[in-house]
Amino acid sequence: MIEEKFDAIVVGAGMAGNAATLTLAKRGLKVLQLERGEYSGSKNVQGAILYADMLEKLIPDFREDAPLERHLVEQRFWMMDDRSHTGLHYRSEDFNEERPNRYTIIRAQFDKWFSSKVREAGATVLCETTVTELAQDAYGRVIGVRTDRGGGELHAGVVVLAEGVNGLLGTNSGLRERPKPENVALAVKEMHFLQREVIESRFNLKGDEGAVIEAVGAISRGMTGMGFIYANKECISLGIGCLVADFQKSGETPYGLLERFKKHPSVVPLIEGSEVKEYSAHLIPEGGFNAIPKLYGDGWVVVGDAAQLNNAIHREGSNLAMTSGRIAAEAIFQVKSRKDPMTAANLTLYKKMLDESFVMKDLKKYKDMPALMHTQSQNFFLTYPELVSKAMQNFVRVDGTTKIDKEKTNLRSFVKARSWSGLFGDAYRLARAWR
Amino acid sequence: MTTEATVRVEDKLFFNRYLVDAGRPHIKVRPHTKPTPALLALLKVCPARCYELSDGGQVEITVDGCVECGTCRVIGEPGGDIEWSYPRGGYGVLFKFG
Repeated sequence: MIEEKFDAIVVGAGMAGNAATLTLAKRGLKVLQLERGEYSGSKNVQGAILYADMLEKLIPDFREDAPLERHLVEQRFWMMDDRSHTGLHYRSEDFNEERPNRYTIIRAQFDKWFSSKVREAGATVLCETTVTELAQDAYGRVIGVRTDRGGGELHAGVVVLAEGVNGLLGTNSGLRERPKPENVALAVKEMHFLQREVIESRFNLKGDEGAVIEAVGAISRGMTGMGFIYANKECISLGIGCLVADFQKSGETPYGLLERFKKHPSVVPLIEGSEVKEYSAHLIPEGGFNAIPKLYGDGWVVVGDAAQLNNAIHREGSNLAMTSGRIAAEAIFQVKSRKDPMTAANLTLYKKMLDESFVMKDLKKYKDMPALMHTQSQNFFLTYPELVSKAMQNFVRVDGTTKIDKEKTNLRSFVKARSWSGLFGDAYRLARAWR
Repeated sequence: MTTEATVRVEDKLFFNRYLVDAGRPHIKVRPHTKPTPALLALLKVCPARCYELSDGGQVEITVDGCVECGTCRVIGEPGGDIEWSYPRGGYGVLFKFG
């Protein structure tokens, strides 16, 4: 086993872990990264959308060789009932730019590439190694890790916990709590393969243009949840996720929801004739600002999904992971350059820098959204989408009914379903939580 | 729901690649005579349907098809119904796409 002491050990090779390891290695620190999968990416699951800005800060020329799927020119948002969807589509030629802002990616392939950059920067990456325990001294300070390869402890000045939403080390060592069912969503996903031209014609794309659809409504059966359909080059990522607490209460099965979503008349024509090549599942942190645990302590920091750093409203997670990993590494570098020890007092710098970044500012903005969405899921995820669908059908169907009567019918259906006080209350609570 | 009756999770898991660590399951169910509500919830919520009810009415687990999402840990670990650890390095599900 490795006898030397490292400046830092990073646990995990997802977005946060790779960002941290890369930054530390580039700064000249001696860093060891441990990953339980066969390679970086083999255990990682995401939709997935990549946000260019946050990756540019790590690898400015990533577009030259990163395995990117499609740059997004169109975003669709659907509100669904059982037979229809009401859509909000935004498409712009501005997104056909030299340095596009968002791409679809396939995580297992992307992470392999990301990991190659980490190795090039000089980090030692050890895969097929599960970290079983944190090594702590008599005072409870984290001094390293133990792995399932045996051979005793691996020591480091600081351990970066980038172990993902379901990270065991931090929770088992009492550094943070295990995620609660109301603070995580379970998403299931399938990869649907089709010919490239078929995808392009079905989504109205040319070349490497891409489109994504995000959908709420009857597909989640009243649970807090969302479906997604992302166009890659030669496949479509299709999935649905709902809060674990809601699954627990409802008795719905995740694969049952997925099948219903696939059989929706708006979805069928997009995936018809496809060949499914993988089925995956993953937890997504949904607790927002109020669920963020303590981010640092003596000899450790926690980054990415493990720290619940996910913006559920904007469906941003991997960019928060990358940014928190990079910032943690910058903070560690600064402490190290001052020749200071990696104590909690010195590592507050990480928290301070993260507070100043978009990561914490965005999460703070939406701090009341999870509570609102999670306690009123029936209204926001079923009642309103169904009302909107009915109103839209009434609006577009020409049947001799006067327009005044149509408007009255629509208004009455909203009031009947939610009452005046309910409607105003929902609008008020939503506006307040959003601001 | 009629759709659910026709969903065969095994067919979905068939697409996936696994390296099974034979004889070393990474999740264990605490021996019990009558399952707790949390354990019963796992029969439905596990996306790989690893949990099944035995003839005697106990909840049993077969981890071979586990996709390592952690949902059962979030539900079942707080009450001590299950013990959850990661598979040994290199074992378990191996995503080609993720």
